[in-house]
Amino acid sequence: MSATDQEIKQEYRRNHAARKMAQRLGWLSIGLGVAELLMPGPLARTLGIPGGKTLLRFCGVREIASGVGLLVTKHPKPWMLGRVGGDVMDMAVLGGAVLAGDKPVHALLAAGTVAGVTSLDLACARGLATEDHLVTVYDYSDRSGFPESPDKMRGRASKQSDINTAPQVTGMAAADRETQTRH
Amino acid sequence: MRALRWHGKKDIRCDNHVPDPSIEDPRDAIIKVSSCAICGSDLHLYDGFMPGMMHGDIVGHEFMGEVMEVGSANKKLKVGDRVVVPFTICCGECDQCRRGNYSVCERSNRNKKVAEKLFGHTTAGLYGYTHLTGGYAGGQAEYVRVPFADVGPVVIPNGLTDEQVLFLGDIFPTGWQAAAQCEIEPTDTVAVWGAGPVGQFAIRSAILMGAEQVVCIDNVPERLSMARAGGAITINFDEESVVHRLHELTRGKGPEKCIDSVGMEAHAARSIDSMYDRVKQTMMLETDRPHVLREMIYVCRPAGVLSIPGVYGGLIDKIPFGAAMNKGLTFRMGQTHVNRWTDDLLTRIQEGQIDPSFVITHTVGLEDGPEMYKTFRDKHDGCVKVVLKP
Ligand SMILES: NC(=O)c1ccc[n+]([C@@H]2O[C@H](COP(=O)([O-])OP(=O)(O)OC[C@H]3O[C@@H](n4cnc5c(N)ncnc54)[C@H](O)[C@@H]3O)[C@@H](O)[C@H]2O)c1
Ligand SMILES: [Zn+2]
Ligand SMILES: [Zn+2]
Repeated sequence: MSATDQEIKQEYRRNHAARKMAQRLGWLSIGLGVAELLMPGPLARTLGIPGGKTLLRFCGVREIASGVGLLVTKHPKPWMLGRVGGDVMDMAVLGGAVLAGDKPVHALLAAGTVAGVTSLDLACARGLATEDHLVTVYDYSDRSGFPESPDKMRGRASKQSDINTAPQVTGMAAADRETQTRH
Repeated sequence: MRALRWHGKKDIRCDNHVPDPSIEDPRDAIIKVSSCAICGSDLHLYDGFMPGMMHGDIVGHEFMGEVMEVGSANKKLKVGDRVVVPFTICCGECDQCRRGNYSVCERSNRNKKVAEKLFGHTTAGLYGYTHLTGGYAGGQAEYVRVPFADVGPVVIPNGLTDEQVLFLGDIFPTGWQAAAQCEIEPTDTVAVWGAGPVGQFAIRSAILMGAEQVVCIDNVPERLSMARAGGAITINFDEESVVHRLHELTRGKGPEKCIDSVGMEAHAARSIDSMYDRVKQTMMLETDRPHVLREMIYVCRPAGVLSIPGVYGGLIDKIPFGAAMNKGLTFRMGQTHVNRWTDDLLTRIQEGQIDPSFVITHTVGLEDGPEMYKTFRDKHDGCVKVVLKP
């Protein structure tokens, strides 16, 4: 039932897409972290987080650390899981602000954004987790479909391949003047 | 009978007690399916990107088998004939069919009104492919009703296996038309995005039509090795820059002809634009991800041709149309006019010029079909093309 297997060769494969995404999320982390670290006061006020400043500074340090981690590491998976953990924490803080803070609408909007980012983080972590699976390597270099080498086959059909010479009627012969409504 | 049916996004099941089809029009025929395949287009349904599917629709549009029953007005087919059925249903009589534009037949879509609302005009009916194209029951089943069966089906002579001819109904003519639309010159470089089944046939068609150089772009190692087997130079977009490599390979001129055999689910997290598209697609502000289109417009040599067999369903964003216009590019695209090519391609298979079975990596029973959708989509287990035996 499976592909024609010669001797079975297996390897671990990098998930490039997930790694690129991890890098981008790393930069996002750093950006957020810097904002939280440098202006915790205004942020706490906008979000209406009770007792906000210190908490936000702490979150900022955490964000920057996980961002830098993601950018420099060769093994992004644990760092990514760290980010997911951080997201949960942020949601808890914002949840508190929605319920008890004085700017529940702002906090709710922020919570929505964090939820979006969390889903990206989760997708990325899932993508990175696929790197732990062994992948069987199939070699299809014998599947040309041609009776001779591609170089020998080159141009065998060059005369007949024109899209306009294929069997079809054109001009008046093809015109349908009877049908009233055209679809 | 047994059939694969769509029950929602990522939910295709092999159901056991599906009503058998019957003749509804004197031109119909009923086919007992001997082989059918899962197509890249089916993945767009599976992933829920094509609107217009309904709970319980039978999927599949690449199939062949034996004629079981023919309607009274059908003079072409006899019970017992072995036929491949093109996925585009065509009447053979309307203005478009007469011009050979079978995939935009004006009469075969039962749900014209919906299609006209969405696209301005109707296109042909298709098997197992949404209610926008007629809502016809598909071919991943034991039996199928074939409307206008005196036009579409291709009778297969003895001596050829199912595996050799099955793809005449879809991906072989699709790859062929993709290359034919390029009007290939002997000095051309043809760049093919996507090394899936359609890309594989586009590569071989471009070689047969005499392209000096065929380049294939994908990131799946097995598929790239198959592309090389067919005569392509390959670029793994995870490992190298597509733009740079194409620049090198064409001495800075860019490929004269570009083929998009990827379509609306292009995934490439390598640049910020695909993230943007993913987000917009999830928020339903955009239905298709046009990453490949953008790249083709950028790299194509001025006055070149972009040929687009890859399927798009709705709206795309941020197309650098200024570049396309000023570079004088030609866009040619469409669902394949399958019957335009089948006679010629059947002859080529008979003469041994090409054996399309090279692309098959998995052959399973119908009951394993749902599992195979996943394997094919995720390109697991070296999967390139799946054939199901009902
Ligand atoms: N026009 C028609 O009549 C017609 C007929 C059949 C299929 N199709 C369409 O052709 C397309 C391909 O079909 P398939 O069966 O080969 O499907 P497939 O999904 O197996 O192949 C798509 C390939 O594109 C690759 N890919 C994804 N993103 C890419 C990128 N950014 N750059 C380069 N490669 C990328 C994937 O890795 C995959 O190998 C689909 O859109 C399908 O709907 C059209
Ligand atoms: Zn198809
Ligand atoms: Zn017609």
